Amino acid sequence: MNLEQLQRAVFEVTRQPLTPSETMRTRLPDGRSVRDIANALIKPNDRMTSFERLQIYNQQYWFRILASFTEDFPGLLSLMGERKFEKLAIAFLNDCPSESFTLRNLGARLGSWLGDHPEHVAGVERVAIDMANLEWADIDAFDGPELPRFTPDNSGNLSGDTVFRLQPHLHLLNLAYPVDDLLFRIRGIDSRGETVSNAVLNFPRPSKIRRSSLPRPRKVHLAVYRLKDTVYFKRLTHDGFALLQALGQGKPLAKAIEVSMLRSRRSVDRVTELLREWFQNWATLGWFAQP
Amino acid sequence: MPANRFNGFQDYGVGIGLRVPHYQHIFKKKPVVDWFEIISENFMVGGGRPMEVLDQILERYRVVQHGVSMYFGSAEPLNREHLTRLKALVKRTRTPWLTDHLCWGSVDGRYTHDLVPMPYTFEAARKTARKIREARDFLEVPIAVENVSSYAEFHVSKMTEWEFLNEVVEDADCGILLDVNNIYVSSRNHDFDPYDYLNSVPAARVAQIHIAGHTKYQKLILDTHDHPVIDPVWALYARAIELAGPTATLLEWDDRIPSFDEVHREALKAKRYLPAQMREAS
Repeated sequence: MNLEQLQRAVFEVTRQPLTPSETMRTRLPDGRSVRDIANALIKPNDRMTSFERLQIYNQQYWFRILASFTEDFPGLLSLMGERKFEKLAIAFLNDCPSESFTLRNLGARLGSWLGDHPEHVAGVERVAIDMANLEWADIDAFDGPELPRFTPDNSGNLSGDTVFRLQPHLHLLNLAYPVDDLLFRIRGIDSRGETVSNAVLNFPRPSKIRRSSLPRPRKVHLAVYRLKDTVYFKRLTHDGFALLQALGQGKPLAKAIEVSMLRSRRSVDRVTELLREWFQNWATLGWFAQP
Repeated sequence: MPANRFNGFQDYGVGIGLRVPHYQHIFKKKPVVDWFEIISENFMVGGGRPMEVLDQILERYRVVQHGVSMYFGSAEPLNREHLTRLKALVKRTRTPWLTDHLCWGSVDGRYTHDLVPMPYTFEAARKTARKIREARDFLEVPIAVENVSSYAEFHVSKMTEWEFLNEVVEDADCGILLDVNNIYVSSRNHDFDPYDYLNSVPAARVAQIHIAGHTKYQKLILDTHDHPVIDPVWALYARAIELAGPTATLLEWDDRIPSFDEVHREALKAKRYLPAQMREAS
């Protein structure tokens, strides 16, 4: 057995989910005996069998990634309750093992995975997906890259053909539920006002949210971004959100304005005034990178 | 011996790991610390608070980078994105040397986030050494590899762990981050004499030493980094200093982390093992 074969064999076993009593499973999904595999690979000693020694790595794998995942998604944990959350986490991490050298990216695919596997969030599908997307945006905005900023001072050369670049740490979320409020509630943060800092050093351990206290569905257009090392959530109007989305898709300024204003019944003067206000505000918040 | 080509000819003294619970204390009290070891992966991000913290630390302190996911021993090639980000961080910190583990932990681009022991074979030694050389050439900084603590041994192994370590570092012509706690933990888990290991380490290649605490269970010892260093590990440290000379030393304390002062006090116990004239000077 060469190095590559040995590592594949060990990883295949150690990434198998643990039993409910947190021990190593005795069979792989294809029916092969894990005890036989362990005996073939690992030396026993006078205190531990080959199976027990391999089990340590199986347990460490799951304890580590589950701890990291749980720390990243306290809102979803609170929404689902510990038992369902753990089941969901194991299923997700089994389907989507880490493909990054850092545990930070463990939950990057959670939102889309939940969309494909709604059975894990049955009864609260949309609010759970919204929460997963919000918590991932929060993680990514915290330490995502920031490009040199576009400021109102460099606006001299702007035209309708100008293509804006949004900062990579800015996430635009189209939510069906006000999960930003819910997350602040879970974290014990007062969310009054339209922009709220998310800078908290220690979160209390979340308890399960009662089904009856879940928010009612309400469309929220949310920007999650970083300013001076702090992550903020800011609610946007439908038109403002659509404009930013169009800019984020690489549409030139004139086209983006056209797309976003399609349903607007405002006067040209009012639209011009709004645009000036928005762009001034968004540039101040550092959402634009230099074109 | 303390300053050699594997640690950029630097004599760094006794440092501690930079950990989040200590940030406020460090920024407020500005304690005198010989150097901080940072976990490279924690700062291989685009920006934000982690980089702000790092820049503040770099203004006042010397920093050495320690990685946890290069996986020199994985059969697959080095991750180029990882290397590129790491190089940017090396330029930022100006780390005089860089360390990571002599282990594997990724397969087909999927990560265990664990430090899995190597099969001690000549094939594994050759492949691992090649990856260390590639990384060093790309990063343009001396590399030292750390012996890991382990809980399993493979049937395919053809040599002892220390023979394997020798094979790899000679072939790669790299340094060693000698973790004396890991030697102790593995010696208890695999029933060998830790001094057999220590005495066979090529002392001239030791760039840095790690000390740490661990947890003893009924059937094994786990390398938990959540306790003070025990006397048998200090004894191994004393022998390592005897062999390699005073060497940059770092206390690891990663779980149930006590106050900054307590961690620093524990680390500074290492100075007891310096030759008398150096103790007086420090």
